[in-house]
Amino acid sequence: MAAKTTDSKMSRRRFLRNSSYVAGGLVGGGLLGGLIGSRFNPETETASTGSVDSDHGTANQAQLYFTNPEKFEILQHAVERIYPKDETGPGAIDLGVPFFIDHQLAGSWGHNAREYMQGPFFPGSNFQGYQSPLKRNELFDVGIDRLDSYSQEKFKNKFTELEGEQQDEVLKDFEADKVKMRGATSKTFFNQLRAATLEGVYADPAYGGNLNMEGWKMKSFPGHQMSYINQIESDKFVEIKPKGLHSY
Amino acid sequence: MAKTLPKTDVVVVGVGWAGSIIAAELGKEGLKVVGLERGRERGLKDYSMIHDELRYGIRYELMQDLSKETLTFRNNMKERALPMRQLGSFLLGEGLGGSGVHWNGHTFRFLPYDFEIRSKTVEKYGEEKIKGLQLQDWGITYDELEPYFDKYEKAAGIGGEENPFGGKRSNPYPNPPMKETPLTKRFKDAAKTLGMKPYHMPSANMSEAYENQYGAKMAACQYCAFCERFGCEYGAKADPTVAVIPFAKNTGNFELRAHSNVTEVIHDGSKATGVKYVDVQTKEEFIQPAEIVVLTSYVMNNTRLLLSSKLGRPYNPDTGKGVIGKNYCYQILPGTTGFFDDEQFNTFMGAGALGATVDDYNGDNFDHSDVDFIHGGSISINQSGARAIQHNPVPQDTPRWGKEFKKQSIKYFTRSMNIGTQGASMPTRTNYMDLDPAYKDAYGQPLLRLTYDFSDQDKNLYNYIGKITDQIMKEMGASFINDRSPLEHYDIVPYQTTHNTGGVIMGAEKETSAVNNYLQMWDAENVFVVGASAFAHNGGYNPTGTVGALAYRAAEGILKYSKDGGALV
Repeated sequence: MAAKTTDSKMSRRRFLRNSSYVAGGLVGGGLLGGLIGSRFNPETETASTGSVDSDHGTANQAQLYFTNPEKFEILQHAVERIYPKDETGPGAIDLGVPFFIDHQLAGSWGHNAREYMQGPFFPGSNFQGYQSPLKRNELFDVGIDRLDSYSQEKFKNKFTELEGEQQDEVLKDFEADKVKMRGATSKTFFNQLRAATLEGVYADPAYGGNLNMEGWKMKSFPGHQMSYINQIESDKFVEIKPKGLHSY
Repeated sequence: MAKTLPKTDVVVVGVGWAGSIIAAELGKEGLKVVGLERGRERGLKDYSMIHDELRYGIRYELMQDLSKETLTFRNNMKERALPMRQLGSFLLGEGLGGSGVHWNGHTFRFLPYDFEIRSKTVEKYGEEKIKGLQLQDWGITYDELEPYFDKYEKAAGIGGEENPFGGKRSNPYPNPPMKETPLTKRFKDAAKTLGMKPYHMPSANMSEAYENQYGAKMAACQYCAFCERFGCEYGAKADPTVAVIPFAKNTGNFELRAHSNVTEVIHDGSKATGVKYVDVQTKEEFIQPAEIVVLTSYVMNNTRLLLSSKLGRPYNPDTGKGVIGKNYCYQILPGTTGFFDDEQFNTFMGAGALGATVDDYNGDNFDHSDVDFIHGGSISINQSGARAIQHNPVPQDTPRWGKEFKKQSIKYFTRSMNIGTQGASMPTRTNYMDLDPAYKDAYGQPLLRLTYDFSDQDKNLYNYIGKITDQIMKEMGASFINDRSPLEHYDIVPYQTTHNTGGVIMGAEKETSAVNNYLQMWDAENVFVVGASAFAHNGGYNPTGTVGALAYRAAEGILKYSKDGGALV
């Protein structure tokens, strides 16, 4: 696809970097979200911030589940609203979360391999848990399509073309279960999307998210450490350089 | 057509804590034991990539594969039960060592009050106090069970200090307590100021290098913070695969068969002749004949196997008669999250059972004359180590996502802590287990059906103890705390606790219990059913210490039975 050429990538990356500093520093994340939503194709921006090691993110940053770039782009916009880039640090896109989710959907989690999927299916009460016949990757297919069609209904525009606040309104309606969806409730989809976003921010970088352990660094979480026996009694807070599974 | 194998003295169904203790104790005395484990064999060498929160902590790789087997759930008898399609509220174990591989290691002894709860409550407060509860004594006293607690604590290398409210001990804990941290110290200081008697939580994470009675050497805990939901790659957590199973194998009398899922206890109505199982990899079926059958496959499977094998008297919730499936209990978990604006803590460091506890509001340690519930719970701070995905504490009015959520969850990751309660759960007539009429497992067996909801007793306990945890947290100096959401209906989705109990309960009378105090079935003298399935109610602690004690008690009973036969009680 044309957007993947180096030129457009560079210029868009530079654009976002510049605008995000302005937006984050002066008027907060809302404007930034709007900029991403209306003018920027976030798909090409995965290694955009100066702090992210671009070598790290390249080899496995390819879609293994999504084959339709427009749908992947909707996912990118949605997760960025859930975990936005701001003065605290990188957002979901910069952290590789869309690729994390894509890879998870392609694997056993996306196919509910270790879950009970035998029928018959009934909706169930609020206390009986997931009862949809949809596999998780089907739930994301349906949910992403519905994000777009609901945006058309509500704002007469594509989800990716909405202002950030409008995207939030759409997501809030999903969260509040106000949107009719095929095969599952919109709340079920939203909760899975939110959970997967946080997983992508904070799971080991081996899974494709949490690029360069930037998610952990924001939280002062040191990832995988062999021992804290010498610090566990300390009265002082200890900053520890994080390590991932690759250093096991 | 199932292939019939040579007969063995004892067949054990499920090789977790209970199964491995039985195998070790019987193998030591020369009985031939076959252990059937539906999951895979595993041990220390399999935990080398264990510090992976997503894989083990969120996707639950060490837990039960629900595509093969789950249970169905409903809140009450009027509803249609539906399958628990994903793990949530509790995390069932699977594989060698069972949940003993991925537990935290909190190892308490139930209180003397627990074992005689009905008599003691009625004696002090009158019959009216237990109205609506299906409360029973356990058919054994704490003092009778004490020697078995002692054996289990030695096997598991428990480190701790004496509980000021605990029953009499024959020996101190085999290990010293875990380290004191700023969090445990702050909790203890606050509790003391409020007039309570805090002590260090008894722990199966080794406070020092330790060798148990089986010659198992366990290393000192490194406080690496990957304990609950994870195996320990250091061998520093008491885990059956480290502490007991190597010894059982070395007796030469224990044969372990992994991937062996038992589908039936074969019996003639009063005695079992063996079990039928399927090799879950090859799908071949086998019959394993045995003199003695021991079920040690957790609350759910112990109950389900008896019901689907039609052994014992199924419980009837309309009449309260029958016993298999009776008195399912869970736990009530009031707690308080405190936020600290001006201090930062090493909350990401820890060990599964690193913590401090007060028992002032547990059991009958306080006067219940003027409260509308019985029992209580142990209140603890537990520094098990916060991890990044799972732990996103935010002040209560924070949105669940977006910029504000990001900011607050990052800020408070190291600036918040939690006080929790293991609250006791009392049985009622309508909280029970039976077989589901519609849903089946991968082998064609009916799923277990759980009918469960919180009672007024539970809600009253929750509200009362919650105020105590708030008080302690405020005394600890929290800038603010969150309101507790009220306890309404039991929900199978959010994780609460894997402390399920009941279904095959013990007692002194055949009419009201399934097993006697040696865990021997009243209705089939060569069948022993061991585990928290035997709890007649759930106490105010983590159950494993009491499960371990019951396993030693049962091992003694099985030995006795193998020599003399007949009913042991």
